[in-house]
Amino acid sequence: MPTKRIVLRFPASVADRPIIYYLVKDYGLIVNILKANINPHKEGTMIMELAGDEWEQGLEYLRSCGIEVQPLSEEITRNEKHCTSCGSCTAICPSGALYIERPSMQVAFDGEKCIVCQLCVKACPVRAMEVKF
Amino acid sequence: MAVERSYAEINARIKAGKVVVITAEEAVDLVRSKGVARAAREVDVVTTGTFSPMCSSGVYFNFGHSKPRVRADKIWLNNVPCYGAIAAVDGFLGATALPENDPANSSHPGEFRYGGGHVIHELVGRQKIKLRATGYGTDCYPAREVETWVTIDDLNEAVLFNPRNAYQNYNVAVNLGNRTIYTYMGILKPNLGNAHYSTSGQLSPLLKDPWFRTIGIGTRIFLGGGVGYVAWNGTQHFPSVSPGPVEGSIFAAGGTLTVIGDLKQMRPEWLVGASFLGYGATLFVGLGIPIPILNEEIMYYASLPDDKLYAPVVDYFTAYPQREPGNLGLVSYAELKSGKITVNGKEVPTAPLSSYPKAVVIAKTLKQWITEGGFLLAEPVELLPSPAAGIMGKTLVIRGAKE
Repeated sequence: MPTKRIVLRFPASVADRPIIYYLVKDYGLIVNILKANINPHKEGTMIMELAGDEWEQGLEYLRSCGIEVQPLSEEITRNEKHCTSCGSCTAICPSGALYIERPSMQVAFDGEKCIVCQLCVKACPVRAMEVKF
Repeated sequence: MAVERSYAEINARIKAGKVVVITAEEAVDLVRSKGVARAAREVDVVTTGTFSPMCSSGVYFNFGHSKPRVRADKIWLNNVPCYGAIAAVDGFLGATALPENDPANSSHPGEFRYGGGHVIHELVGRQKIKLRATGYGTDCYPAREVETWVTIDDLNEAVLFNPRNAYQNYNVAVNLGNRTIYTYMGILKPNLGNAHYSTSGQLSPLLKDPWFRTIGIGTRIFLGGGVGYVAWNGTQHFPSVSPGPVEGSIFAAGGTLTVIGDLKQMRPEWLVGASFLGYGATLFVGLGIPIPILNEEIMYYASLPDDKLYAPVVDYFTAYPQREPGNLGLVSYAELKSGKITVNGKEVPTAPLSSYPKAVVIAKTLKQWITEGGFLLAEPVELLPSPAAGIMGKTLVIRGAKE
């Protein structure tokens, strides 16, 4: 039985619904949550492993709830030579992986928190954030 | 007795190796601990810095005469069009110019991965640049087209000339709309999802001399990693200073500078091409200005901390594009740097577009140059129009095609 690693992105409107419970109960899926950042009334993200015969149907259910699903086959790295620590990626990073260290105001990148949404890749004015496959 | 100091006295102390220079960040701490009067007595110069995306930047250049000669009225550097209607082989490359056939925003939001700012970065980095020029051919300039590769060292002149840099203060951009917008202030999420600001606050050059007592035509500055000069006031120079919301605070805004310097002695890490999703290409410019402490008043303003310097919050969904007056309130740079501000009763995460760590390096570098004796202070030939001049911005009235 193949195991899929996927990234889920929740709109604020579904962040308080027990989505994972239904994945297990209705589709008999085995879920292993690797990272999650879900807060009431806010956009949320989750990275998990998913296995089971009905995973296609499970993904369909997730999408029908307004959740964006994408495979986790990429990772984001920062090109330290290019980064100017301007900070323009930090408020749009939804998982807090890119943040400002205070009081130095240096931009830090915590790859562990990154959910590979790639917003920073587009937002970085000097293209310091790179997608690795 | 209150201290009074002249440029000549400061320069004599620089030459004698006795000058006392501190950064604007250090000035904040010094004045807090010792008071303005004592700080003014002890310090000769306060250095400032900013590293921000600055449109209204560019390079004029002269690439020498080919054999046979060409009267180049159209010029491209790495396929980015330059302005050629200056003289036969003079051109001007603007930071926001896009390559021919760039898709721009035809698939919104466009990426703008390459533009004039990127060419300037590669030029100052001594990379090979493709030069192409065309002309209509004359008896004295018979060639119709030239195509070649050049580096900055092949050019007679390459001069950074930025008509509007070092904005004194800037809007804190937010989005009151219901969809994400892509602006020159970055990606702004809907319903006050984030707030972007873009000055170095307590290190920002024109915030530290808000009355334009020292910065003027001829002021020697740090520009793009080398030495540059203030050439004039910037375009859209409408300086004003009003009291801020807390005692002793100010809301200074509207001042700008035109700056100039030899690109050949600048460095690529201080002139970096930038791409703003859905907006366009531009250039990060590193710029720092030394402020001579001529008296206590100048020391006082040079030492104002982030919590005494205010910026206006502006909606970029409707108010900015539609040029609606007013703002959503003032916030201090201390609040902005804390990571969150409150707008319309909502807590909004903040992020800068201007690199504070780089601004610190610029202020420290300038301090080092002055302390080591290699950088003298230039007394302005003329000061720039100050807030007292009361210059107000003109707007464009659309009268249509008929006169």
